[in-house]
Amino acid sequence: METLYLLIPLSVVLVFLIGIAFWWSLRNGQFDDLEGPGYRLLMDDDRIRPPTADESADAGVGSTVDDLQVDSAEPTPRATKPLDT
Amino acid sequence: MLETQSTYNYKVVRQFAVMTVVWGIVGMLVGVIIAAQLVWPELNLGWLHFGRLRPLHTNAVIFAFGGCALFATSYYVVQRTCHTRIFSDALAAFTFWGWQLIIVLAALTLPLGITSGKEYAELEWPIDILITLVWVAYAIVFFGTIAKRKVTHIYVANWFYGGFILAVALLHVVNSAAIPVTLTKSYSAYAGVQDAMVQWWYGHNAVGFFLTAGFLGMMYYFVPKQAERPVYSYRLSVVHFWALIFTYMWAGPHHLHYTALPDWTQSVGMLFSLILLAPSWGGMINGVMTLSGAWHKLRDDPILKFLITSLSFYGMSTFEGPMMAIKTVNALSHYTDWTVGHVHSGALGWVAMVSIGSIYYLLPRLFGKSEMFSVRLITVHFWVATVGVVLYIASMWISGVMQGLMWRAVNADGTLTYSFVESVKASYPFWGIRFLGGLLFLVGMLIMAYNMVKTIAGGRAVNDARVLLPAAHHA
Repeated sequence: METLYLLIPLSVVLVFLIGIAFWWSLRNGQFDDLEGPGYRLLMDDDRIRPPTADESADAGVGSTVDDLQVDSAEPTPRATKPLDT
Repeated sequence: MLETQSTYNYKVVRQFAVMTVVWGIVGMLVGVIIAAQLVWPELNLGWLHFGRLRPLHTNAVIFAFGGCALFATSYYVVQRTCHTRIFSDALAAFTFWGWQLIIVLAALTLPLGITSGKEYAELEWPIDILITLVWVAYAIVFFGTIAKRKVTHIYVANWFYGGFILAVALLHVVNSAAIPVTLTKSYSAYAGVQDAMVQWWYGHNAVGFFLTAGFLGMMYYFVPKQAERPVYSYRLSVVHFWALIFTYMWAGPHHLHYTALPDWTQSVGMLFSLILLAPSWGGMINGVMTLSGAWHKLRDDPILKFLITSLSFYGMSTFEGPMMAIKTVNALSHYTDWTVGHVHSGALGWVAMVSIGSIYYLLPRLFGKSEMFSVRLITVHFWVATVGVVLYIASMWISGVMQGLMWRAVNADGTLTYSFVESVKASYPFWGIRFLGGLLFLVGMLIMAYNMVKTIAGGRAVNDARVLLPAAHHA
């Protein structure tokens, strides 16, 4: 089973590389906010609206986007906690 | 959110999305043909017999259908969540045309019998090199887009897609290492049981990273978007990712139980397979519970039906998989139709359904419509496909367990109770039901194609989707 001399070191190296990636993301602040990103995904409005539709009648996500348009102009981004969790 | 002057590259997403449906039909049609060949052996004609078509089926559904779905969704997700246009339009176009060329080459060489003989890696070395080139371009486009992102945080779906891209690159290069003899023939760099070990290290990780991690990335974007709810626990999704990639690599030996592979290696494979149950179910529960408090949406949203049902099948097959990896269970299940049923529970139930749901989400957005041409037809597709999967899996369970029991049955004097051909004869009706299940799933894809063509006909190719500035990101 000489191939294990290839596969096992390869896996060990890989685990170290994954470990480095994990360490980088930890230091980089990727895990600082583990609630917000889920909500921010929903604020990216990618829907195509029918041209005749009444924009104001569009409730739900549409309205939160409008709220945030004001928020995003504020100088302190930390203050813009998107929604109540 | 503020709009900017730059736009998203929807062209490459659109190309891959349309080809997902096209290759889905081709791959599943070949699947239905080989299922029919098992029921009616006289259908095995010339070069188009089961042995030649079966690798064509697996390659077409995994790499052509699944691959195009992964390209389409990853390019869309990475652009939308990073709030930036794709890194390089030219390289992205290269990945599209390169990938299509690979698929066509596979469709030509496999029926001609040009194969390396490695399951799920049958393509010969010139095509393998082309795959490597396309994959490197894919990695550059994907990670280049991540690098130029306008938000600090990298959304969890991108982590899954990124892990999938890197792992598949590693697996492909190591497993496809071969010594070429002619343009169409090469020999593996490994021999005997070594080759088998490398092959299943590749084979199972291909399931783990191509067919699981990539599609989980899809799930973590499209389930919350379609449900208009944040994922149940973002924290859990991050744990899910790291747990999955730290533990996946060593499940492969469970494909080689009771072979010449050293016993301890088999046990390691079994142990890691059992461990995998935890992250898999964590992710499944996380996805399904995203609908918590909004279950009513499931009642009349067929796209959500596809996505949530796919998660149920993901949960089912990731429970079944570790069970089948237990040596004593494997002694019964291995080499029987149970394995085939298990694979299709994952392939049709999970991979195909989550892809179909995601493509239904994408198509109207890519063609300037607020929804698909017919939402009703999506519902019809959902039910036809679901009945198809259930028929397929249930028939394979029954015939698989039956085969396992017949093969191991011995008389008092130690002779075998049944000859092999008796087990084949007993399997016959179940292969008929399997054919019917597969046919239903194919019909569902044809309904989708019709719906897609009508949507495209009534829409326009969207090339002016403006990049939105992130609303609230922290430094």
